[in-house]
Amino acid sequence: MIKIKKFIGPATLLALAVSAATPAVAKDYTQFGIEKDLPGTCSYEVTDAKDYSGRSLNVITHAIPVIGEPTALHAEQFAKLTGAEVNVVHVPFGDLFQRIMIPFQSEQNAYDVLFYASLWIGDFNRFLEPVPQKYIDSTGMADVTDSFTGVATWNGEMIQYPMDGDRHYLKYRTDIFDNAEVQAKFLADTGNALTVPETWEDYNKVAAYFNDRDWDGDGELNYGSAEVAKRDDLMFSAFISRAAPYAKHPDVKGGFFFDLETMEPLINSPGFVRGLKLFVDAQKSFPPGGNNFGLGDEIFSFGGGQTLMSYSWDDAYIQANQEDSRIRNMVAAAPLPGAGEVWNRDTGMWDTFTTPNRAPYMTWGWSSAVSQMSEEKEMAFDFLCFFANEANAKSDLQIGRFGVNPYRNEHLDVDFWKGQGWEDKTAESYVSTLSNMEKSQNRVFDLRVPGVSQFMSSMANGVAEAMAGQKSAQDALDGVAKEWAEITERIGKDRLRAAYANVVKLEDNEG
Amino acid sequence: MLSSKHFFLLPALLTLVAIILFPLLFTVRVSFSSWDVFQSGLDFIGGRNYVRVFEDDRFWQSLQRLSLLSIISVSLQYTLGFALALAVWKQVRGGRLLRVLFLIPMMTTPVVMSVIWRTVFHESLGPVNDILSVFGVGPVPWLSSAMGAFISVLIVEVWQWTPFMFLLLLAGLVSLPKEPYLAAAIDGAGTWRTFWQVTFPLMAPITIGALIIRLIEASKIMDTVYVLTSGGPGTATETSSYYIYIRGLRDFQIGYSAALSLVYLVIMVISLTIIAKLLLRMLVGRDE
Repeated sequence: MIKIKKFIGPATLLALAVSAATPAVAKDYTQFGIEKDLPGTCSYEVTDAKDYSGRSLNVITHAIPVIGEPTALHAEQFAKLTGAEVNVVHVPFGDLFQRIMIPFQSEQNAYDVLFYASLWIGDFNRFLEPVPQKYIDSTGMADVTDSFTGVATWNGEMIQYPMDGDRHYLKYRTDIFDNAEVQAKFLADTGNALTVPETWEDYNKVAAYFNDRDWDGDGELNYGSAEVAKRDDLMFSAFISRAAPYAKHPDVKGGFFFDLETMEPLINSPGFVRGLKLFVDAQKSFPPGGNNFGLGDEIFSFGGGQTLMSYSWDDAYIQANQEDSRIRNMVAAAPLPGAGEVWNRDTGMWDTFTTPNRAPYMTWGWSSAVSQMSEEKEMAFDFLCFFANEANAKSDLQIGRFGVNPYRNEHLDVDFWKGQGWEDKTAESYVSTLSNMEKSQNRVFDLRVPGVSQFMSSMANGVAEAMAGQKSAQDALDGVAKEWAEITERIGKDRLRAAYANVVKLEDNEG
Repeated sequence: MLSSKHFFLLPALLTLVAIILFPLLFTVRVSFSSWDVFQSGLDFIGGRNYVRVFEDDRFWQSLQRLSLLSIISVSLQYTLGFALALAVWKQVRGGRLLRVLFLIPMMTTPVVMSVIWRTVFHESLGPVNDILSVFGVGPVPWLSSAMGAFISVLIVEVWQWTPFMFLLLLAGLVSLPKEPYLAAAIDGAGTWRTFWQVTFPLMAPITIGALIIRLIEASKIMDTVYVLTSGGPGTATETSSYYIYIRGLRDFQIGYSAALSLVYLVIMVISLTIIAKLLLRMLVGRDE
């Protein structure tokens, strides 16, 4: 025994000396489906070192696949790495709000971690745990773009954990727009050069020209525009995209949806009405049934090559560029069309812009948070930090159905997207469109106030009535404004103003 | 005086209170509160929610739409269901198989079937317009025009619930006595006359029951509308239940939606009672 002990001592010392002198071999985590672990505060290696055995985390998220699938995947990975038990509940979008809100209001600690639409922050903020400083200082968080840091912040405090970045932008077919023959024919037929639409009027004209023709020669008719136009299926976002450049004057501060000072709704102002009229007019360039298209139909229509143009989130663009897509690398991104005339509510007149006014719409997107009532806050934040770590985020971005879109500066890297098989124009136009939205000084954000669902539901109904021809654009939006005033009354002007000030700060670049 | 035998009623009474009375009374209480997304809990705001209901044009329009939809769809279900029941009532070849086939739509989940029907009615990719185009018809705006969407909802409803009518009416037909038919045959009544003067009157009690049950069910239509049209285009297919769902679960106006639900319940109870009495008078010739 003595001999052995005498031997073990020096051998251990020798082993320690060797291990200290040799560079550490990075552990292989590719069995988790990632290309490789990337260094960072919540990398696989760091998470692997934590031990949460015997503890559990309850997570509520959207139905599979959008956000639900990455939640389930990363929950399983987190459980394997840390020994924690992670229970994930998947809920359809229509039920998600109330499934989170009811336990909040009844003070039940139902879920530790929540994944939801970021615009609900106006309702959820009082139930959420602020993100602790150590996570704010994490490597992943440091690279989140300003817009999405703003989206996660409420009254100067970060209470949502960024894990997605969404915005609306224009997508179009380059095989048509860049085709010399098509350009010549368009010029001959219309007297105008075929260019990527600069205004929504241009968009409607180009869409109408290419509607109901087999312009890709596959024997099937093609159409001008695919838009999310189905009531109660995110159509409110499409309308905001269309109305924004007419209603968001770059020199007028203090509110886009409301006048922050008086809290009078601006939804029936001439800018919004112009946007709605153009939305109604665009219907003639939709594919058959297009005015009943939800987001899934829009993705399928543009991503499947049926339509010339579209605008919404990244999904259709990613779908169009997936390996099995017949229009891979035949699409490009561009800023949302703008407006040559913008309503100035200070002067009560239309202002003419020689360069069209653009108002990029940073439209909601998914976010995550930890409940104030959670008894496992540290583990919950560790899970979110792991969910959004550098390796996972990059991996998730590449899978269209996951619904995770660029939200860090490193995601806006042309080479990364070229690495996915995207050609120059497809990758460059995408990255430049998204990057320029970040730099815009005239952005529009969602109405992130208490009762946002009531406001948006009322707006969607009014817009749908105009789209269906039941009311004129002005009458429909007058009805919405009346309802908004009633909702404001019920919530209380002061409470609403205090919340809306957070949105105005972002829009007026003061946040 | 309470005796020990009354205690045997206790489990049933407690169940009744728990299942029916408590939710109903709680809904009544909630309807007098402003429980909302920004105001949780049961405060008391008097009848303000009820005043709002009576000023809510969208609710009343949805109720009119629902009435029309229910009356048309239940009438069609009854007619088709009766015809199918008569077809398999007598021994026919493959009758058992037909009975099972007829029941399949009723056994499927409404949400799943609505998703399938939405694909069927898809205006550019769905098979219905493809088939119609062979005959030079279309494309028909099934879901994107007000009339088309209304008819689409109607078709799905009729398809899904005709089997229920079929089942009830077939059970009724099977239980009919043989003697009136023998008498009719001796009197030389033909098929048509036998149906109108024997079968139809004998089936009246079952007819009334089936119609009332289906009207109650049809008036709650929600899932088909939700999946197929989301109440659109515009508000063309928005029914009362879907509207209450929007107000309650999407807008989270719990107090107001409770008031809407109770007003709707009262209207349904009154109107269905009147309908039942009218049917009794028309089909049986008496009130009770």
